[in-house]
Amino acid sequence: MSDTAEKVKKIVVEHLGVEEAKVTSEASFIDDLGADSLDTVELVMAFEEAFGVEIPDDAAEKITTVKDAIDYIEAQKAA
Amino acid sequence: MFGSLTTPRRVVVTGMGIACPLGVGVANVWQRMLASESGIRSISQFDATDLPAQIAGEVPSGPKAEGKLELNEWIPVKDQKKMDRFIQLAMVAATEAVEDSGWVPKSEDDRNATGVMIGSGIGGLPTISENALLVGAGKARRLSPFFIPSALINLASGHVSIKYGFKGPNHSVVTACATGVHALGDAARLIALGDADLMVAGGTEAAISDIGMAGFCAARALSTGFNDRPHEASRPWDKERDGFVMGEGAGILVLEELEHARKRGAKIYAEVIGYGMSGDAYHITAPAEGHDGAYRAMKAALKNAAVTPDQIQYVNAHGTSTPMGDDLELEAVEKLFGDQAKKIAMSSTKSAIGHLLGAAGAVEGVFSILAIRDRVAPPTLNLHEPSRDSVIDRVALQAQERPIDVALSNSFGFGGTNASILFRRAP
Repeated sequence: MSDTAEKVKKIVVEHLGVEEAKVTSEASFIDDLGADSLDTVELVMAFEEAFGVEIPDDAAEKITTVKDAIDYIEAQKAA
Repeated sequence: MFGSLTTPRRVVVTGMGIACPLGVGVANVWQRMLASESGIRSISQFDATDLPAQIAGEVPSGPKAEGKLELNEWIPVKDQKKMDRFIQLAMVAATEAVEDSGWVPKSEDDRNATGVMIGSGIGGLPTISENALLVGAGKARRLSPFFIPSALINLASGHVSIKYGFKGPNHSVVTACATGVHALGDAARLIALGDADLMVAGGTEAAISDIGMAGFCAARALSTGFNDRPHEASRPWDKERDGFVMGEGAGILVLEELEHARKRGAKIYAEVIGYGMSGDAYHITAPAEGHDGAYRAMKAALKNAAVTPDQIQYVNAHGTSTPMGDDLELEAVEKLFGDQAKKIAMSSTKSAIGHLLGAAGAVEGVFSILAIRDRVAPPTLNLHEPSRDSVIDRVALQAQERPIDVALSNSFGFGGTNASILFRRAP
Protein backbone atom coordinates (compact mmCIF):
# COMPACT_ATOMS: atom_id res chain seq x y z
CA MET A 1 0.00 0.00 0.00
CA SER A 2 1.30 3.47 -0.89
CA ASP A 3 1.90 6.05 1.83
CA THR A 4 -1.03 8.04 0.48
CA ALA A 5 -3.37 5.06 0.65
CA GLU A 6 -2.33 4.30 4.20
CA LYS A 7 -2.80 7.87 5.33
CA VAL A 8 -6.20 8.18 3.60
CA LYS A 9 -7.44 5.01 5.24
CA LYS A 10 -6.25 6.17 8.62
CA ILE A 11 -8.16 9.45 8.24
CA VAL A 12 -11.30 7.59 7.18
CA VAL A 13 -11.07 5.28 10.19
CA GLU A 14 -10.67 8.24 12.55
CA HIS A 15 -13.39 10.42 11.10
CA LEU A 16 -16.07 7.83 10.47
CA GLY A 17 -15.31 5.67 13.50
CA VAL A 18 -15.25 2.47 11.44
CA GLU A 19 -13.09 -0.65 11.69
CA GLU A 20 -9.93 -0.58 9.64
CA ALA A 21 -10.82 -3.85 7.87
CA LYS A 22 -13.94 -2.24 6.40
CA VAL A 23 -11.97 0.55 4.75
CA THR A 24 -11.14 -1.26 1.51
CA SER A 25 -10.21 0.66 -1.65
CA GLU A 26 -13.62 0.03 -3.17
CA ALA A 27 -15.55 1.06 -0.06
CA SER A 28 -18.03 3.89 -0.63
CA PHE A 29 -18.10 6.45 2.16
CA ILE A 30 -21.88 6.72 2.14
CA ASP A 31 -23.01 3.23 1.05
CA ASP A 32 -20.46 1.11 2.92
CA LEU A 33 -19.02 3.21 5.73
CA GLY A 34 -22.11 4.90 7.14
CA ALA A 35 -21.17 8.48 6.25
CA ASP A 36 -23.73 11.17 5.46
CA SER A 37 -23.22 14.12 3.13
CA LEU A 38 -21.80 16.33 5.91
CA ASP A 39 -19.38 13.58 6.93
CA THR A 40 -18.02 13.48 3.37
CA VAL A 41 -17.54 17.26 3.35
CA GLU A 42 -15.54 16.98 6.55
CA LEU A 43 -13.54 14.03 5.21
CA VAL A 44 -12.49 16.00 2.14
CA MET A 45 -11.42 18.87 4.41
CA ALA A 46 -9.36 16.44 6.45
CA PHE A 47 -7.66 15.19 3.25
CA GLU A 48 -6.90 18.78 2.23
CA GLU A 49 -5.34 19.48 5.59
CA ALA A 50 -3.35 16.24 5.80
CA PHE A 51 -1.95 16.35 2.26
CA GLY A 52 -1.69 20.11 1.76
CA VAL A 53 -3.83 19.98 -1.38
CA GLU A 54 -6.87 21.97 -2.47
CA ILE A 55 -9.88 19.94 -3.53
CA PRO A 56 -12.44 22.17 -5.28
CA ASP A 57 -16.14 21.43 -4.65
CA ASP A 58 -16.78 19.98 -8.12
CA ALA A 59 -13.90 17.54 -7.67
CA ALA A 60 -14.94 16.76 -4.08
CA GLU A 61 -18.39 15.70 -5.27
CA LYS A 62 -16.79 12.97 -7.41
CA ILE A 63 -14.81 11.53 -4.50
CA THR A 64 -17.21 8.87 -3.23
CA THR A 65 -14.91 5.92 -2.49
CA VAL A 66 -11.61 5.42 -0.71
CA LYS A 67 -9.95 4.76 -4.06
CA ASP A 68 -11.36 7.99 -5.53
CA ALA A 69 -9.67 9.91 -2.73
CA ILE A 70 -6.32 8.13 -3.09
CA ASP A 71 -6.28 8.59 -6.88
CA TYR A 72 -7.18 12.27 -6.70
CA ILE A 73 -4.56 13.06 -4.08
CA GLU A 74 -1.81 11.11 -5.88
CA ALA A 75 -2.65 12.88 -9.15
CA GLN A 76 -2.43 16.26 -7.41
CA LYS A 77 0.90 15.40 -5.83
CA ALA A 78 2.29 14.21 -9.16
CA ALA A 79 1.17 17.37 -10.94
CA MET B 1 -57.87 25.67 18.35
CA PHE B 2 -58.28 23.72 21.58
CA GLY B 3 -61.86 22.67 20.92
CA SER B 4 -61.04 18.97 20.95
CA LEU B 5 -60.26 19.08 24.68
CA THR B 6 -62.79 19.85 27.37
CA THR B 7 -60.41 19.48 30.32
CA PRO B 8 -56.63 19.40 30.47
CA ARG B 9 -55.02 16.01 31.00
CA ARG B 10 -52.90 15.26 34.08
CA VAL B 11 -49.13 15.07 33.69
CA VAL B 12 -46.69 13.03 35.77
CA VAL B 13 -42.93 12.50 35.89
CA THR B 14 -41.83 8.96 35.01
CA GLY B 15 -38.12 9.33 34.34
CA MET B 16 -35.22 11.52 35.47
CA GLY B 17 -31.62 12.05 34.41
CA ILE B 18 -28.89 14.41 35.52
CA ALA B 19 -25.32 15.43 34.81
CA CYS B 20 -24.05 18.23 37.05
CA PRO B 21 -21.00 19.27 39.07
CA LEU B 22 -21.81 16.66 41.73
CA GLY B 23 -21.57 13.94 39.08
CA VAL B 24 -23.64 11.89 36.68
CA GLY B 25 -26.71 9.93 37.71
CA VAL B 26 -29.68 10.93 39.86
CA ALA B 27 -28.98 8.58 42.78
CA ASN B 28 -25.31 9.51 42.97
CA VAL B 29 -25.88 13.26 42.74
CA TRP B 30 -28.70 13.25 45.29
CA GLN B 31 -26.66 11.28 47.80
CA ARG B 32 -23.80 13.78 47.51
CA MET B 33 -26.16 16.72 47.77
CA LEU B 34 -27.76 15.44 50.97
CA ALA B 35 -24.26 14.89 52.37
CA SER B 36 -23.61 18.64 51.87
CA GLU B 37 -20.89 18.07 49.26
CA SER B 38 -19.88 20.86 46.91
CA GLY B 39 -19.10 20.46 43.18
CA ILE B 40 -17.32 23.80 42.84
CA ARG B 41 -13.60 23.64 41.93
CA SER B 42 -10.86 25.58 40.15
CA ILE B 43 -11.61 25.62 36.42
CA SER B 44 -9.91 22.78 34.52
CA GLN B 45 -11.39 23.17 31.03
CA PHE B 46 -9.21 26.17 30.12
CA ASP B 47 -6.59 28.43 31.68
CA ALA B 48 -8.60 30.96 33.69
CA THR B 49 -5.69 32.72 35.42
CA ASP B 50 -6.34 35.97 33.50
CA LEU B 51 -9.94 36.17 34.69
CA PRO B 52 -11.29 37.60 37.96
CA ALA B 53 -13.45 34.45 38.38
CA GLN B 54 -11.37 31.26 38.27
CA ILE B 55 -13.76 28.70 39.74
CA ALA B 56 -16.81 26.87 38.44
CA GLY B 57 -18.91 23.76 38.77
CA GLU B 58 -17.70 21.37 36.08
CA VAL B 59 -19.15 17.93 35.44
CA PRO B 60 -16.36 15.71 36.84
CA SER B 61 -14.44 13.55 34.35
CA GLY B 62 -14.07 9.86 35.06
CA PRO B 63 -15.73 6.48 34.65
CA LYS B 64 -19.49 6.03 34.78
CA ALA B 65 -19.03 3.47 37.53
CA GLU B 66 -17.72 6.26 39.77
CA GLY B 67 -20.62 8.56 38.91
CA LYS B 68 -18.46 10.70 36.65
CA LEU B 69 -18.49 11.51 32.94
CA GLU B 70 -16.50 9.61 30.34
CA LEU B 71 -18.16 10.64 27.05
CA ASN B 72 -17.10 7.50 25.19
CA GLU B 73 -19.34 5.50 27.50
CA TRP B 74 -22.37 7.52 26.34
CA ILE B 75 -21.87 8.82 22.80
CA PRO B 76 -20.09 7.18 19.81
CA VAL B 77 -16.81 8.98 19.11
CA LYS B 78 -17.91 9.73 15.55
CA ASP B 79 -20.98 11.61 16.83
CA GLN B 80 -19.23 13.55 19.61
CA LYS B 81 -17.62 15.97 17.17
CA LYS B 82 -21.04 16.87 15.78
CA MET B 83 -22.12 18.17 19.18
CA ASP B 84 -21.00 21.07 21.29
CA ARG B 85 -20.61 20.05 24.94
CA PHE B 86 -24.09 21.38 25.82
CA ILE B 87 -25.59 18.77 23.46
CA GLN B 88 -23.32 16.03 24.79
CA LEU B 89 -24.43 16.72 28.36
CA ALA B 90 -28.09 16.71 27.26
CA MET B 91 -27.55 13.32 25.60
CA VAL B 92 -26.11 11.90 28.81
CA ALA B 93 -28.98 13.12 31.02
CA ALA B 94 -31.62 12.20 28.42
CA THR B 95 -30.22 8.68 28.12
CA GLU B 96 -30.51 8.19 31.88
CA ALA B 97 -34.02 9.69 31.96
CA VAL B 98 -35.39 7.65 29.05
CA GLU B 99 -33.91 4.41 30.39
CA ASP B 100 -35.25 5.23 33.85
CA SER B 101 -38.76 5.73 32.44
CA GLY B 102 -38.72 2.30 30.78
CA TRP B 103 -40.53 3.82 27.80
CA VAL B 104 -39.83 2.00 24.54
CA PRO B 105 -42.20 2.96 21.72
CA LYS B 106 -43.48 -0.10 19.92
CA SER B 107 -45.55 1.44 17.15
CA GLU B 108 -45.48 4.44 14.86
CA ASP B 109 -48.31 5.92 16.96
CA ASP B 110 -46.15 5.54 20.08
CA ARG B 111 -43.25 7.30 18.38
CA ASN B 112 -45.51 10.11 17.10
CA ALA B 113 -46.88 10.63 20.61
CA THR B 114 -43.41 11.12 22.15
CA GLY B 115 -41.80 14.55 21.83
CA VAL B 116 -38.69 16.35 23.02
CA MET B 117 -38.28 19.85 24.46
CA ILE B 118 -34.75 20.55 25.71
CA GLY B 119 -33.63 24.14 26.03
CA SER B 120 -30.39 25.96 26.72
CA GLY B 121 -29.59 29.48 27.80
CA ILE B 122 -26.61 30.05 25.54
CA GLY B 123 -26.05 26.92 23.43
CA GLY B 124 -22.80 26.27 21.59
CA LEU B 125 -20.88 29.34 22.67
CA PRO B 126 -17.44 27.61 22.80
CA THR B 127 -17.99 26.19 19.30
CA ILE B 128 -19.03 29.59 17.95
CA SER B 129 -15.95 31.15 19.55
CA GLU B 130 -13.55 28.58 18.05
CA ASN B 131 -14.99 28.99 14.59
CA ALA B 132 -14.96 32.79 14.84
CA LEU B 133 -11.22 32.56 15.52
CA LEU B 134 -10.76 30.50 12.33
CA VAL B 135 -12.66 33.09 10.30
CA GLY B 136 -10.65 35.88 11.94
CA ALA B 137 -7.44 34.09 10.95
CA GLY B 138 -8.53 34.05 7.29
CA LYS B 139 -9.47 30.38 7.36
CA ALA B 140 -13.17 30.70 6.59
CA ARG B 141 -12.96 27.67 4.29
CA ARG B 142 -11.73 25.50 7.18
CA LEU B 143 -15.02 25.65 9.06
CA SER B 144 -16.42 22.22 9.75
CA PRO B 145 -19.76 21.36 8.15
CA PHE B 146 -20.80 20.43 11.68
CA PHE B 147 -20.15 23.91 13.10
CA ILE B 148 -23.70 25.25 12.76
CA PRO B 149 -25.58 22.08 13.74
CA SER B 150 -23.34 21.56 16.76
CA ALA B 151 -23.98 25.10 18.04
CA LEU B 152 -27.75 25.43 17.49
CA ILE B 153 -29.74 25.22 20.72
CA ASN B 154 -32.60 23.07 19.41
CA LEU B 155 -30.13 20.41 18.23
CA ALA B 156 -30.14 18.94 21.74
CA SER B 157 -33.80 18.08 21.15
CA GLY B 158 -32.91 17.01 17.61
CA HIS B 159 -30.19 14.56 18.65
CA VAL B 160 -32.34 13.00 21.38
CA SER B 161 -35.21 12.49 18.95
CA ILE B 162 -32.90 10.91 16.37
CA LYS B 163 -31.33 8.56 18.91
CA TYR B 164 -34.68 7.23 20.14
CA GLY B 165 -36.95 7.75 17.13
CA PHE B 166 -39.26 10.09 19.06
CA LYS B 167 -41.32 11.73 16.31
CA GLY B 168 -43.69 13.92 18.34
CA PRO B 169 -43.31 17.68 18.89
CA ASN B 170 -39.64 18.67 18.66
CA HIS B 171 -39.17 21.98 20.35
CA SER B 172 -36.74 24.05 22.36
CA VAL B 173 -36.74 26.91 24.85
CA VAL B 174 -34.33 29.84 25.17
CA THR B 175 -35.06 32.09 28.13
CA ALA B 176 -31.64 32.48 29.77
CA CYS B 177 -31.68 31.18 33.34
CA ALA B 178 -35.43 30.48 33.28
CA THR B 179 -35.04 28.02 30.38
CA GLY B 180 -35.23 24.83 32.45
CA VAL B 181 -38.52 25.66 34.17
CA HIS B 182 -40.04 27.00 30.96
CA ALA B 183 -39.11 23.78 29.14
CA LEU B 184 -40.67 21.58 31.82
CA GLY B 185 -43.78 23.74 32.07
CA ASP B 186 -44.29 24.15 28.34
CA ALA B 187 -43.72 20.44 27.71
CA ALA B 188 -46.22 19.55 30.45
CA ARG B 189 -48.76 21.81 28.75
CA LEU B 190 -48.22 20.08 25.40
CA ILE B 191 -49.17 16.82 27.11
CA ALA B 192 -52.06 18.42 29.02
CA LEU B 193 -53.45 19.83 25.78
CA GLY B 194 -53.05 16.60 23.83
CA ASP B 195 -50.15 17.39 21.50
CA ALA B 196 -48.14 14.50 22.94
CA ASP B 197 -48.47 11.68 25.48
CA LEU B 198 -44.84 11.85 26.57
CA MET B 199 -42.22 14.60 26.46
CA VAL B 200 -38.52 14.31 27.16
CA ALA B 201 -37.98 17.77 28.62
CA GLY B 202 -35.38 19.85 30.40
CA GLY B 203 -32.38 22.09 30.01
CA THR B 204 -28.68 21.85 29.30
CA GLU B 205 -25.72 24.22 29.50
CA ALA B 206 -21.94 24.15 28.98
CA ALA B 207 -20.64 27.71 29.00
CA ILE B 208 -17.52 27.21 31.15
CA SER B 209 -15.25 28.38 28.37
CA ASP B 210 -12.96 31.40 28.07
CA ILE B 211 -15.56 33.44 26.23
CA GLY B 212 -18.44 32.36 28.48
CA MET B 213 -16.62 33.10 31.72
CA ALA B 214 -15.15 36.37 30.39
CA GLY B 215 -18.61 37.48 29.26
CA PHE B 216 -20.23 36.91 32.65
CA CYS B 217 -17.21 38.52 34.35
CA ALA B 218 -17.73 41.56 32.14
CA ALA B 219 -21.37 41.68 33.28
CA ARG B 220 -20.06 41.67 36.89
CA ALA B 221 -22.29 38.71 37.67
CA LEU B 222 -19.77 36.16 38.98
CA SER B 223 -18.23 35.53 42.39
CA THR B 224 -14.58 36.66 42.39
CA GLY B 225 -13.63 36.68 46.06
CA PHE B 226 -13.41 32.94 46.70
CA ASN B 227 -10.96 31.70 44.04
CA ASP B 228 -8.82 30.14 46.79
CA ARG B 229 -11.87 28.61 48.56
CA PRO B 230 -14.09 27.29 45.73
CA HIS B 231 -16.41 25.30 48.01
CA GLU B 232 -17.37 28.47 49.85
CA ALA B 233 -18.05 30.67 46.82
CA SER B 234 -21.72 29.86 46.22
CA ARG B 235 -23.46 31.13 49.38
CA PRO B 236 -27.05 32.16 48.72
CA TRP B 237 -28.45 34.64 51.29
CA ASP B 238 -25.17 34.72 53.23
CA LYS B 239 -23.89 38.22 53.92
CA GLU B 240 -20.50 37.49 52.32
CA ARG B 241 -21.91 36.39 48.95
CA ASP B 242 -20.47 38.26 45.98
CA GLY B 243 -21.95 36.80 42.80
CA PHE B 244 -22.96 33.50 41.25
CA VAL B 245 -20.66 30.61 40.42
CA MET B 246 -20.93 29.27 36.88
CA GLY B 247 -21.97 25.63 36.60
CA GLU B 248 -22.56 23.25 33.72
CA GLY B 249 -24.74 20.21 33.21
CA ALA B 250 -28.14 19.00 32.15
CA GLY B 251 -31.35 17.90 33.81
CA ILE B 252 -33.96 15.91 31.90
CA LEU B 253 -37.39 14.65 32.93
CA VAL B 254 -39.67 12.25 31.12
CA LEU B 255 -43.15 13.78 31.44
CA GLU B 256 -46.12 11.57 30.71
CA GLU B 257 -49.90 11.70 30.63
CA LEU B 258 -51.17 10.10 33.86
CA GLU B 259 -53.37 7.39 32.32
CA HIS B 260 -50.69 6.50 29.78
CA ALA B 261 -48.22 6.02 32.63
CA ARG B 262 -50.68 3.96 34.69
CA LYS B 263 -51.61 1.76 31.76
CA ARG B 264 -48.02 0.70 31.15
CA GLY B 265 -47.28 0.35 34.87
CA ALA B 266 -44.65 3.06 34.90
CA LYS B 267 -43.05 4.21 38.14
CA ILE B 268 -44.47 7.67 38.89
CA TYR B 269 -42.23 10.11 40.77
CA ALA B 270 -44.54 13.11 41.03
CA GLU B 271 -47.24 15.09 39.29
CA VAL B 272 -46.73 18.45 37.61
CA ILE B 273 -49.66 20.40 39.03
CA GLY B 274 -48.97 24.01 38.20
CA TYR B 275 -46.87 26.36 36.11
CA GLY B 276 -46.73 30.15 36.10
CA MET B 277 -44.85 32.78 34.13
CA SER B 278 -44.30 36.52 34.17
CA GLY B 279 -42.15 39.29 32.74
CA ASP B 280 -40.53 42.14 34.68
CA ALA B 281 -40.66 44.78 31.93
CA TYR B 282 -37.98 46.55 33.94
CA HIS B 283 -34.26 45.96 33.25
CA ILE B 284 -32.14 43.62 31.12
CA THR B 285 -30.27 42.01 34.03
CA ALA B 286 -31.59 43.37 37.36
CA PRO B 287 -34.81 42.23 39.05
CA ALA B 288 -37.46 44.81 39.83
CA GLU B 289 -38.13 46.27 43.27
CA GLY B 290 -39.61 43.64 45.59
CA HIS B 291 -39.10 41.08 42.82
CA ASP B 292 -42.63 41.66 41.68
CA GLY B 293 -42.07 39.44 38.62
CA ALA B 294 -41.06 36.50 40.80
CA TYR B 295 -44.11 37.05 43.01
CA ARG B 296 -46.46 37.09 40.03
CA ALA B 297 -44.89 33.95 38.47
CA MET B 298 -45.28 32.02 41.74
CA LYS B 299 -48.82 33.30 42.21
CA ALA B 300 -49.72 32.25 38.67
CA ALA B 301 -48.36 28.75 39.32
CA LEU B 302 -50.47 28.41 42.49
CA LYS B 303 -53.55 29.64 40.66
CA ASN B 304 -52.87 27.23 37.80
CA ALA B 305 -52.60 24.35 40.28
CA ALA B 306 -55.52 25.56 42.40
CA VAL B 307 -53.43 25.22 45.57
CA THR B 308 -53.01 27.64 48.46
CA PRO B 309 -49.72 28.48 50.22
CA ASP B 310 -50.57 26.26 53.21
CA GLN B 311 -50.43 23.22 50.89
CA ILE B 312 -46.79 23.83 49.93
CA GLN B 313 -43.96 22.66 52.17
CA TYR B 314 -40.78 23.25 50.14
CA VAL B 315 -39.44 25.93 47.80
CA ASN B 316 -36.38 25.37 45.66
CA ALA B 317 -35.26 28.97 45.25
CA HIS B 318 -33.62 30.56 42.26
CA GLY B 319 -31.12 31.86 44.88
CA THR B 320 -28.04 32.39 42.72
CA SER B 321 -25.82 33.96 45.42
CA THR B 322 -25.87 37.44 43.90
CA PRO B 323 -25.99 40.35 46.37
CA MET B 324 -29.23 41.77 45.01
CA GLY B 325 -31.33 38.88 43.73
CA ASP B 326 -31.36 36.55 46.74
CA ASP B 327 -33.00 38.92 49.21
CA LEU B 328 -35.50 40.18 46.65
CA GLU B 329 -36.65 36.62 45.95
CA LEU B 330 -36.88 36.00 49.70
CA GLU B 331 -39.07 39.08 50.03
CA ALA B 332 -41.36 37.86 47.22
CA VAL B 333 -41.66 34.38 48.78
CA GLU B 334 -42.48 35.91 52.18
CA LYS B 335 -45.18 38.01 50.57
CA LEU B 336 -46.65 35.00 48.74
CA PHE B 337 -46.75 32.75 51.81
CA GLY B 338 -47.78 35.38 54.33
CA ASP B 339 -48.37 33.81 57.75
CA GLN B 340 -47.59 30.37 56.29
CA ALA B 341 -43.99 31.44 55.60
CA LYS B 342 -42.73 30.19 58.96
CA LYS B 343 -43.87 26.66 58.10
CA ILE B 344 -41.98 26.17 54.84
CA ALA B 345 -38.43 25.19 54.03
CA MET B 346 -36.66 27.00 51.19
CA SER B 347 -33.18 26.14 49.99
CA SER B 348 -30.87 26.98 47.13
CA THR B 349 -29.20 23.90 45.66
CA LYS B 350 -27.02 26.29 43.63
CA SER B 351 -24.93 26.48 46.82
CA ALA B 352 -23.60 23.00 45.94
CA ILE B 353 -23.46 23.02 42.13
CA GLY B 354 -23.37 26.68 41.10
CA HIS B 355 -25.70 28.24 38.57
CA LEU B 356 -26.34 25.99 35.57
CA LEU B 357 -28.05 28.83 33.65
CA GLY B 358 -30.45 27.21 31.16
CA ALA B 359 -30.14 23.84 32.90
CA ALA B 360 -30.73 25.24 36.39
CA GLY B 361 -34.53 24.97 36.43
CA ALA B 362 -34.41 21.43 35.09
CA VAL B 363 -31.87 20.05 37.58
CA GLU B 364 -33.71 21.89 40.35
CA GLY B 365 -36.91 20.22 39.14
CA VAL B 366 -35.17 16.89 39.72
CA PHE B 367 -34.13 18.01 43.24
CA SER B 368 -37.64 19.26 44.06
CA ILE B 369 -39.13 15.92 43.04
CA LEU B 370 -36.56 14.02 45.08
CA ALA B 371 -37.34 16.29 48.05
CA ILE B 372 -40.96 15.12 47.78
CA ARG B 373 -40.03 11.47 47.25
CA ASP B 374 -37.68 11.30 50.25
CA ARG B 375 -39.39 13.97 52.37
CA VAL B 376 -36.12 15.82 52.80
CA ALA B 377 -35.11 19.40 52.01
CA PRO B 378 -31.61 19.60 50.47
CA PRO B 379 -29.29 22.09 52.20
CA THR B 380 -28.16 25.63 51.41
CA LEU B 381 -24.40 25.36 51.83
CA ASN B 382 -22.29 28.21 53.21
CA LEU B 383 -25.26 30.02 54.74
CA HIS B 384 -23.58 31.05 58.00
CA GLU B 385 -24.97 34.52 58.52
CA PRO B 386 -27.92 35.70 56.43
CA SER B 387 -27.81 39.27 55.16
CA ARG B 388 -31.51 39.53 55.91
CA ASP B 389 -33.47 37.79 58.65
CA SER B 390 -36.57 35.82 57.76
CA VAL B 391 -39.09 33.50 59.36
CA ILE B 392 -38.48 31.13 56.43
CA ASP B 393 -36.18 28.22 57.24
CA ARG B 394 -33.50 28.30 54.56
CA VAL B 395 -32.07 24.88 55.45
CA ALA B 396 -28.61 26.18 56.27
CA LEU B 397 -25.68 23.79 55.91
CA GLN B 398 -27.49 20.47 56.54
CA ALA B 399 -30.39 18.69 54.84
CA GLN B 400 -33.59 18.51 56.89
CA GLU B 401 -36.28 15.86 57.07
CA ARG B 402 -39.56 17.58 56.35
CA PRO B 403 -43.13 16.42 55.58
CA ILE B 404 -42.91 17.53 51.93
CA ASP B 405 -45.80 16.66 49.57
CA VAL B 406 -45.80 19.74 47.34
CA ALA B 407 -42.74 21.65 46.13
CA LEU B 408 -42.40 24.91 44.24
CA SER B 409 -39.33 25.62 42.08
CA ASN B 410 -38.34 29.07 40.80
CA SER B 411 -36.17 30.26 37.93
CA PHE B 412 -35.61 33.81 36.76
CA GLY B 413 -33.64 34.96 33.73
CA PHE B 414 -31.91 37.95 32.15
CA GLY B 415 -34.40 39.97 30.19
CA GLY B 416 -36.79 39.91 33.14
CA THR B 417 -38.32 36.49 32.54
CA ASN B 418 -39.69 34.46 35.46
CA ALA B 419 -41.09 30.96 35.77
CA SER B 420 -42.33 28.79 38.64
CA ILE B 421 -43.41 25.18 38.61
CA LEU B 422 -45.24 23.07 41.20
CA PHE B 423 -44.81 19.34 41.79
CA ARG B 424 -46.94 17.12 44.04
CA ARG B 425 -46.42 13.63 45.40
CA ALA B 426 -47.48 10.96 42.90
CA PRO B 427 -51.26 10.45 42.79
